[in-house]
Amino acid sequence: MRPILMKGHERPLTFLKYNRDGDLLFSCAKDHTPTIWFADNGERLGTYRGHNGAVWTCDVSRDSMRLITGSADQTVKLWNVQKGTQLYTFNFGSPARSVEFAIGDKLAVITTDPFMELTSAIHVKRIAGDSTEQTEESVLVIKGPQGRINRAVWGPLNRTIISAGEDAVIRIWDSETGKLLKESDKESGHKKTITSLTKAADGSHFLSGSLDKSAKLWDTRTLTLIKTYSTERPVNAVAMSPLLDHVVLGGGQDASAVTTTDHRAGKFEAKFYDKILQEEIGGVKGHFGPINALAFNPDGKSFSSGGEDGYMRLHHFDPDYFNIKI
Amino acid sequence: MAAEVMLMNEIEATAAQMGIDMNIDFSSIQLPPGENCGIISDDDDVYHDDQLEFDSGFGNVIVVDNLPVVPREKFEKLEGVIRKIYSQIGVIKEDGLWMPVDPETKKTLGYCFIEYNTPQEAELAKEKTHGYKLDRAHIFAVNMFDDFDKYMKVLDEWAPPEIKPYTPGENLQKWLADEKARDQFVIRAGTDTEVLWNDARQSKTEPVYKRTYWTESFVQWSPMGTYLATVHRQGAAVWGGANTFNRLMRYAHPQVKLIDFSPGEKFLVTYSSHEPSNPRDANRVVINIFDVRTGKMMRDFKGSADEFAVGGAGGVAGNSWPVFRWGGGKEAKYFAKLGKNMISVYETETFSLIDKKSLKVENVVDFSWSPTDPIIALFVPELGGGNQPARVSLVQMPGKEELRQKNLFSISDCKMYWQSNGDYLAVKADRYTKTKKSTYTGFELFRIKERDIPIEVLELDNKNDKIIAFAWEPKGHRFAVIHGDNPRPDVSFYSMRSTHNLGRVAKLTTLKGKQANALFWSPGGRFIVLAGLKGFNGQLEFFNVDELETMATAEHFMATDVEWDPTGRYVATSVTSVHEMENGFNIWSFNGKLLYRILKDHFFQFLWRPRPPSFLTPEKEEEIARNLKKYSKKYEAEDQDVSMLLSEQDREKRRMLKEEWEKWGSEWRRAQEEEKLERQKLRDGEASDEEEEYEAKEVEVEEVLDVSEEVLSFEE
Repeated sequence: MRPILMKGHERPLTFLKYNRDGDLLFSCAKDHTPTIWFADNGERLGTYRGHNGAVWTCDVSRDSMRLITGSADQTVKLWNVQKGTQLYTFNFGSPARSVEFAIGDKLAVITTDPFMELTSAIHVKRIAGDSTEQTEESVLVIKGPQGRINRAVWGPLNRTIISAGEDAVIRIWDSETGKLLKESDKESGHKKTITSLTKAADGSHFLSGSLDKSAKLWDTRTLTLIKTYSTERPVNAVAMSPLLDHVVLGGGQDASAVTTTDHRAGKFEAKFYDKILQEEIGGVKGHFGPINALAFNPDGKSFSSGGEDGYMRLHHFDPDYFNIKI
Repeated sequence: MAAEVMLMNEIEATAAQMGIDMNIDFSSIQLPPGENCGIISDDDDVYHDDQLEFDSGFGNVIVVDNLPVVPREKFEKLEGVIRKIYSQIGVIKEDGLWMPVDPETKKTLGYCFIEYNTPQEAELAKEKTHGYKLDRAHIFAVNMFDDFDKYMKVLDEWAPPEIKPYTPGENLQKWLADEKARDQFVIRAGTDTEVLWNDARQSKTEPVYKRTYWTESFVQWSPMGTYLATVHRQGAAVWGGANTFNRLMRYAHPQVKLIDFSPGEKFLVTYSSHEPSNPRDANRVVINIFDVRTGKMMRDFKGSADEFAVGGAGGVAGNSWPVFRWGGGKEAKYFAKLGKNMISVYETETFSLIDKKSLKVENVVDFSWSPTDPIIALFVPELGGGNQPARVSLVQMPGKEELRQKNLFSISDCKMYWQSNGDYLAVKADRYTKTKKSTYTGFELFRIKERDIPIEVLELDNKNDKIIAFAWEPKGHRFAVIHGDNPRPDVSFYSMRSTHNLGRVAKLTTLKGKQANALFWSPGGRFIVLAGLKGFNGQLEFFNVDELETMATAEHFMATDVEWDPTGRYVATSVTSVHEMENGFNIWSFNGKLLYRILKDHFFQFLWRPRPPSFLTPEKEEEIARNLKKYSKKYEAEDQDVSMLLSEQDREKRRMLKEEWEKWGSEWRRAQEEEKLERQKLRDGEASDEEEEYEAKEVEVEEVLDVSEEVLSFEE
């Protein structure tokens, strides 16, 4: 089916997130307003106004009631999804790069960038059921990794936090004590900045994408490297199909080099790989800038991509897709 | 020198007083360069570096002998004269002029030392002033300081040279006997240089040898593939061997920039150009010719860059490499250089000019050897505003007889293309139109092997078409031309042998509107790749000229280079580091099927290892061609086995991967089940976990039906 082209942002896309039911799609971009869309037809539902900087990330609660967004304006905001009102603002001394609700939505993990004399950090905040009781304190602050931490997510049963970033190392932390439990191997691990990290639907394994032109699949509990998918481009975004054994890698050459070459040189394609055989299945073209964000609808029948070009593309798969034999 | 001798005397005297036996020659303790006492050092290159630095310590010092012996009063005057002479040639170092004085008579000793900033200047000074007549009695004798050492070491009495025991060498041609009849190639990416087998049957490469920092600028195969040459600061080296790559020989040539082998890989030419200390002067060029096998330097040429500039009359800046072009086929009997109003032809037997003089040709701007015979084709442009026509001449060596000459009128430019067997020569002549405002192109075709060398003129159907590329079919009688104006030029094929009347050139076909700007014939002829490089972003068309049909069209996006393997079975296309992205290479079958592709960042070079001409007799080759079916059976069976094995391996591998994945899956499901209760607790008792446990198959089938209806309605 023809992709649905969604033009609602004026600046490059940064992050995409479906809600659990798969009927809503949240998008973040370098313009200051996260946007909510109908995941089926790409109709725009509304925007969340209040941030004063690029919005890097978001997450939505399991009941689709609350949205959390992290921004370069050094705040993380909680929103009422339906009304679009701000519920609470967490202030940090540096830009917030990633956020994720824990299982049960009572905790959130937030990463902040190194800024001025502050080092990068992972914060755990308690999210109050009633936002009037929300407080600023962190339950836990983890510091240590050098450079930006591009993504931090919860491990099984909220017992661990998995982080990845500029130093190309994936780390697993104890979410109670903040103790470092595991580190990815330098030899087998990524060689360059890890740009993205996404968990499988059941959280048992996760996929990391890196500027070293590869994506790697890891076991969440043991941090065992299971698969490596190599591509020709730096990887900015990764996604895993919840339905089939497919992974999608998005990326492209650095934005600064784009204008100097033929648009085809960029290969701004979302590339599909067989998750098990690690072989390329196909690609979805369309963007004319690097792909910064990818997300699968939880039903696995559509996915969306967001590019440096400011466009979002919503793809409903053709029937052929479900019969791909390799 | 005197100072040193005196020093020795003193030492000996002291030693005698102390009763020490002084029969050790001190100068012999220092090992001569290259000596290693039979211990092969693994940091050989480092050692070599040191050596070089040591050399440069005195390399820039010259000794000027036969100076007048003057008393103290005239010392300064003489010094002034010397300084004046020698500072014209280069920059003398501060305190770099030293004229020793006899301590008793206070007179000079008749010689002096001069230290320059660079060894090149010192060498130049030696060359220019050796034999300089200051007056009748004083003719300068100039030597390099380092040479004294060398000559002092020569023994006074002749000793028979030591005969080294014969050690059998490796079979340098072993790679040709590969059981699977594969070909090798070398690639350079980043700091790594790697030699690989092209295992096309299995669609992959197989490593042979890999080395980091193998070369400092590039690598090059010798024309018959025996050696791989590397280039270093100290000189060039060649590598080869039966199973791996060992260094076979080194050729000292500091700051070597370019190298070239003779066609039969007997000789190696090395080239370097040195910045002059005086910016107004031209660069100094040094060219050495070595015997590849022995490493012996056969001849060196030194001079300013101007002398080695090609196209002397036109005053073209810069040199075109190779400066020396080899002639006489594989034996490389001759080599020649273009000079001002002449072509200097040397023979390799004596390494001197044929008949001791160059071939005088007024205003010659270009020449080229026949690839097989000692025949030179040379081009002289139009002179005197058209009063004297341009001409192309064929000159036979070593007799220097003119075999054929053709005058050409109103010529703007001319290029010569030899067919690989030396059967034909095509001269592409750009002519001015009557108004002189534009040019059009025609071809003069020489049939070298026929009596009297007939010449035929060929003009394209559309005379105004620009010629973009021209290429002879190797060993064949056909040629291809890309002509027309961008963006979609035409490609035409011609044959020198038409079926009806032999001895006429005939057009075979014209392909209209192709995205091509380069032609790559298979080494065996018959097949050609029409490539659209650069502006065309790597369009490829594989064309069969026998059948005049396109076998395949393909694209290797951004491809910069195309090279056929020496057997004509495979084609390699590569994207080198001129582009930032996409670096790597593709291997195609001769008919345009992509076999495999490999990506490498910072990709610099891809070179197939050339093969020597077949060792089989023509009779044997013919016999093989006749019984090809019998031979091919064996290979077809092998091919089938390989593909069977491959698909078997493939299936096996996939099964393993699936199994392994299944193991992970069951592990995850088990853990998920175990943690189920706890997860519910975290969610305040909400039981729904269904999103995490999906069973998709049934849904899938249903959807297919649904959606297929939708597709139909969509098409309406």
